[in-house]
Amino acid sequence: MRIRREVTQEKNELNMTSMIDIVFLLLVFFIMTFKIVEQEGDFSIRMPLGGQGSSTDTITDLPLKLRLRADAQGRLAGMSLNEIDLGNDFDKLRANVISFVGTDEPIEGDDGPEVEIDVDYNLRYAHVIRAITAVSGYRDESDQVVKLIEKIKFAKPRR
Amino acid sequence: MKIKSRQVDLAEGDLTPMIDMTFQLIAFFMVLINFSQTETNDRVVLPNSQLVKPPEAPLEYPIILHVAKDGEIILGGDSYSTETLTTGLRRELAVIRAENKSPADANVIIRGHQDVAAGQVQEIIRVAQETELERFALRAKEDRS
Repeated sequence: MRIRREVTQEKNELNMTSMIDIVFLLLVFFIMTFKIVEQEGDFSIRMPLGGQGSSTDTITDLPLKLRLRADAQGRLAGMSLNEIDLGNDFDKLRANVISFVGTDEPIEGDDGPEVEIDVDYNLRYAHVIRAITAVSGYRDESDQVVKLIEKIKFAKPRR
Repeated sequence: MKIKSRQVDLAEGDLTPMIDMTFQLIAFFMVLINFSQTETNDRVVLPNSQLVKPPEAPLEYPIILHVAKDGEIILGGDSYSTETLTTGLRRELAVIRAENKSPADANVIIRGHQDVAAGQVQEIIRVAQETELERFALRAKEDRS
């Protein structure tokens, strides 16, 4: 008697397990290290050594002096622009800057209006950036940036 | 006589869509991952500003100073105070001078914590000015609200 052997065709399958393991490890690594990058930008300040705290010596087109005062905790206690008291209102500061310089594009180069910022030593840095934002410009209804003052410098640090 | 061979059918799930999706996810995270750790520091929370925009071109010859809340300055992974910062700045300037550029060509990017004392930032600018640096950039976070 003859016994027929059934020839079964063996499937040649790749073992995917190890690859899937590595792929999942990679996925976990990327998820754990993923960090949403926040958009950042700069306020440019050109301040050579002679420029600091010497606005009285240099003749500028429109010298503005912004004074920011802090309380003991570093909060903004008040501010004044050319001796005009503005309280804590940055919109009022911007309105005053507009009344001084207008809303025309600032002049490029050394002839544009300049503001000197004089701050109390312990004032929180965030308030300084808010003040710089207010004097630098604003966004109009169409979300376009209207520039006001580009030349910004700091007075000597107050200890 | 016929001998029947018993074959057990294995019920295998089709893994192809899952692997496709996983590779898509890996590609997504690989594209978005940010390896440029020199530009950021976990100890610095930048102040917000509605006016700042990401620069169209990166600043030339940047010297990035991270200023932590307690006033500690981090430059190239090393910690400095305002008294010792000159050492770090001179090292950076040596690299810039080696490329035949002057300190006036360098851009000092100050990434100050929002709660650091403003006077501390002024002191840093003063120290940098003493090493002939004159271009500064105060970095802030874009606020779209």
